[in-house]
Amino acid sequence: MTICNDMTLAAIEPDAGLAAALKLDRAGVIGEIRRSGMKGRGGAGFPTGVKWNLAAAAQGDRKFIVCNADEGEPGTFKDRVILTEWPGRVFEGMTIAGYAVGATEGILYLRGEYAYLRHGLEQCLAKRREEHLLGNDICGKTGFGFDVRIHMGAGAYVCGEETALIESLEGRRGEARNRPPFPVNTGLGGMPTIVNNVETFAWATAILARGADWFKAIGTEQSTGPKMLSVSGDVERPGVYEFPLGTPIREVLRAAGGEDAKAVVVGGASGQCVPANRFARTVSYEDVATGGAVIVFGPGRNMLDVAENFLEFFVDESCGQCTPCRIGNVKLLEGVRRLKRGECSTQQLRELRALGETMRVASKCGLGQSSPNAFLSIIEHFRREIPSRVPVTVEA
Amino acid sequence: MLSTQQEQRVAEIDAIIERHGRSRSALIPILQDVQRRHDAIGDFAMQAIADRLGIHPVEVYGVVTFYAFLNEDCRGRFVIRLCRTISCDLAGRDAVANQLRNDLGIEFGGTTADGRFTLEWANCIGMCDQGPALLVNDQVFTHVTPEKVHDILSACTRAFGLHGAQEVQVR
Ligand SMILES: Cc1cc2nc3c(=O)[nH]c(=O)nc-3n(C[C@H](O)[C@H](O)[C@H](O)COP(=O)(O)O)c2cc1C
Ligand code: SF4
Repeated sequence: MTICNDMTLAAIEPDAGLAAALKLDRAGVIGEIRRSGMKGRGGAGFPTGVKWNLAAAAQGDRKFIVCNADEGEPGTFKDRVILTEWPGRVFEGMTIAGYAVGATEGILYLRGEYAYLRHGLEQCLAKRREEHLLGNDICGKTGFGFDVRIHMGAGAYVCGEETALIESLEGRRGEARNRPPFPVNTGLGGMPTIVNNVETFAWATAILARGADWFKAIGTEQSTGPKMLSVSGDVERPGVYEFPLGTPIREVLRAAGGEDAKAVVVGGASGQCVPANRFARTVSYEDVATGGAVIVFGPGRNMLDVAENFLEFFVDESCGQCTPCRIGNVKLLEGVRRLKRGECSTQQLRELRALGETMRVASKCGLGQSSPNAFLSIIEHFRREIPSRVPVTVEA
Repeated sequence: MLSTQQEQRVAEIDAIIERHGRSRSALIPILQDVQRRHDAIGDFAMQAIADRLGIHPVEVYGVVTFYAFLNEDCRGRFVIRLCRTISCDLAGRDAVANQLRNDLGIEFGGTTADGRFTLEWANCIGMCDQGPALLVNDQVFTHVTPEKVHDILSACTRAFGLHGAQEVQVR
């Protein structure tokens, strides 16, 4: 089973959000999104209403609405499920954003690994054009035109970072830009551009359909609304779950059948490791933030293996532009392997930790800044597992 | 009059470029189509594309080498990418990897001598709830077991024999 519990999103009438939005003026739409308090569902958690407002205020001959469907974060697959089950919601949300900020062009940046979803998405787009939900004079609203095209990624995790994604759309290597300037001012082709996650657009339709108050009533004060979680690893029922933000990790594990877990990593390879004695912590922006990945580790797992797998991932996916990330991840990986062999001195471990801290502050983009997270939190919480290892070399 | 092979290739590349438009932002879609047509993006194609778009060939080379799904060298007719990331790892990707190595007689990164199969690692392909997972070209296979590897490979071989068949049907 891929969809594992009741989804609020499924219950919301298709295109009710778009109809509601078109009855408001642009400021009214942005006001509703702002009032909902929704933060981006892609991981970074920037308030969506603020982003849309900045893009609406920005000057440009053209503006773009980009949907980030690069979903490369290990352990994350809820965007795939949304794009498979409710593609119309995503395009509806992009259309609402286009109306709100005065953009006529939308682009769905679909990761190359999801090429098999493209056909269904194109069919959905064609149907929406037929039904006047895309194209000119949408829903009979004179003068409002918007359309969406699909752009295929070509296999690069870093292209999920919004400025790298824009570089990729412009036909270049996916190397992150310095920020500021932000895409809302200087995005695709130098024009104001909104980049939002697949799930963010989907929830935007729900906010317009049911109102900001409905959305705000779910979740916590700082983390409003429901969130899709991708649960995988050592659980009986892996799949996509929807929970109000602020739900304790323990409850997620109960639903998925992973109560005996030794640890979870929340937020994927760039997220943090939470050990069993902290399962009361909550999935929320104020506590354990995530783009949606919850990877569960059963009692028999070695957390150093996990750190090694993640660092292999980052060594492979670093764009190589800046030194802390390009070299740092290689050094951390060497360090983890040394720890696994029981050959790491206390001084070396201290240095690895300091290196991780340096990477957090000195890397150019979120990839390098967050790549030491899992390593550092595993070292912190499973310290006792590490020095207890007997160095294999002294056996004889 | 018979045109040379090179002229033919240029004509094909031109047709692809016309379809996407002569702009830098069309570069990656152009490269993806060229690769689909020729299984690789060689020096000649990179040079021709650079000429048409008015950019330096090194720019094209830089892009081709950046992306995991763009390749300079020829791949097999079926590119098998096994996910090596954490959830598929927990679910037993090592056994699947070994079976693939054994059945194909190649290492990861290699291509079989008959040019049918290329074997590669993939980073997370977003099938974490159904691992171990792999891609065969654009098709995804989930809950793969060592036994299933054989079925997938023979399905590929059958599709290869059918000449031009795209979909791989596992019976
Ligand atoms: C290395 C890296 C990879 C990212 N990958 C994704 C991704 O696959 N999907 C996504 O929505 N956001 C991803 N992000 C976050 C984006 O940069 C951006 O914050 C997000 O798309 C904004 O949308 P939201 O506010 O709706 O979440 C990534 C960030 C980094 C640093
Ligand atoms: S942090 Fe890593 S991925 Fe980001 S710009 Fe630097 S090298 Fe590239």
